[in-house]
Amino acid sequence: MRAVITVIGKDMVGILAKVSTCCAEANANVIEVTQSVLQEFFAMVMLIDIENMNCDLGQLRENLKQNVPGMKIHVMHEDIFNSMHRI
Amino acid sequence: MLNMTDIMETITMIQEENLDIRTITMGISLLDCCDSDIERSCNKVYEKIYRCAKDLVQTGCDIEQKYGIPIINKRISVTPIAMLVGASGGDPLKYALTLDKVAKDVGVNFIGGFSALVHKGFSPGDRELIESIPRALAATEYVCSSVNIGSTKSGINMDAVKTMGSVIRKTAELTADKQCIGAAKLVVFCNAPEDNPFMAGAFHGAGEPDCVINVGVSGPGVVRAALKKAGQDCDLTQVADIIKRTAFKITRMGQLVGSEASKRLGVPFGIVDLSLAPTPAIGDSVAHILEEIGLEKCGAHGTTAALALLNDAVKKGGVMASSNVGGLSGAFIPVTEDAGMIEAARSGALTIEKLEAMTAVCSVGIDMVVIPGDTPLEVISGILADEAAIGMINSKTTAIRLIPAIGKDEGEELEFGGLLGNGPVMKINKMSPAVMINRGGRIPAPIQSLKN
Repeated sequence: MRAVITVIGKDMVGILAKVSTCCAEANANVIEVTQSVLQEFFAMVMLIDIENMNCDLGQLRENLKQNVPGMKIHVMHEDIFNSMHRI
Repeated sequence: MLNMTDIMETITMIQEENLDIRTITMGISLLDCCDSDIERSCNKVYEKIYRCAKDLVQTGCDIEQKYGIPIINKRISVTPIAMLVGASGGDPLKYALTLDKVAKDVGVNFIGGFSALVHKGFSPGDRELIESIPRALAATEYVCSSVNIGSTKSGINMDAVKTMGSVIRKTAELTADKQCIGAAKLVVFCNAPEDNPFMAGAFHGAGEPDCVINVGVSGPGVVRAALKKAGQDCDLTQVADIIKRTAFKITRMGQLVGSEASKRLGVPFGIVDLSLAPTPAIGDSVAHILEEIGLEKCGAHGTTAALALLNDAVKKGGVMASSNVGGLSGAFIPVTEDAGMIEAARSGALTIEKLEAMTAVCSVGIDMVVIPGDTPLEVISGILADEAAIGMINSKTTAIRLIPAIGKDEGEELEFGGLLGNGPVMKINKMSPAVMINRGGRIPAPIQSLKN
């Protein structure tokens, strides 16, 4: 089982580090990261393995929001993307 | 691997374009709660609903967390209460109060099924229930009521049409101090679906399983955004294709959430209702989709054609995305619940006659329309009869929700708040159909019913 984390907002130092730390604390393994910075705009999509996570996705979302304030953060199970975009 | 564009598209749909799951509705059969004593019957009703639905709201919240998609309403629909009244006798208000209490205790937003099916005639319990509707809706907060007065197979019960004219007015009168809100929770149907998850018309039909999960999706904002992005150069075939593609994606999400809820609750998954359900929020309007297709204002000539295209494309796109489609499935056009419709009605572009024409090609009827408080009862019944006739002849559902604004007249407004919205009192043709309505009897089933 995998989930997708997206982080969008104004670029600053340490976003990726903070997000990865939260994932590590939740025992979620990072599988893939796509990140880009356009002018001051930061956008990141991270795929994580949630098989052995020690908390649920809602808690992980709350932790991320607290640790990376001011950014738009979404944590969603990958099934929603698969069902919407794959037949 | 998931592609970044797809991921961002889904997130934009949810964040910017108001995509959501409108409702997870648990249908519960109360047939095994029938008892000849109304007190015992009510106790069994409370106990069964509580037992089946106690985890419904929490499960909905858990699924929201997992997928990051808002689930706006968690609801319950039950067996038409008139069937229980038929067995137990007594004052149906007791059932309404029981439903209200259990809805509050399990935390759902609405409970539907204070209903009677009288399309061919009244059986024991039906008249008592219908007469108690105004009191029941005034005394409760969560209970929704519906009455089926006609069907393609059986014709239209004109005695029921006449009765409902006065029931609607009485319901509005008893809740006049609360913006006549009782009438907004009362639906009159022709061809009522037995598995509809949407309120106020949801009830759990007699042919349904003991307990079932039905899901209603939403997403007018998403359809409008997709059309806007495509621009004004594409022709109507392309417009229909864009709507189909979007409806497919929306419905897939409904299917996913429905099957997950069914698995977690250990209850079979019934249907996905493919409806485009608007809310009064900006960017969540069906009228604005019609305007995006190319009308100056919803209600202009051309509106019926645009709505026919929209309604059909939504079904074609959605039907492949779900294993079982049911309920109302189509575009809703409730006036007070749709920002674009409210504007159109205020500006005079949208009249009740145009709305009536639109209901011939969409999934509901004259829905959430505020009429003057002094509208004669026969005129209200006349509107019901017209809508039922459209449903009967076209073999489709028509659902009518009229709100007589007690003490108010054209130009004034009612404000319900929340998903029910607000809207102006619309102009009504007050020429009297009294003689026809007072004839009573039944309009025979049309030739379309003879399919065997």
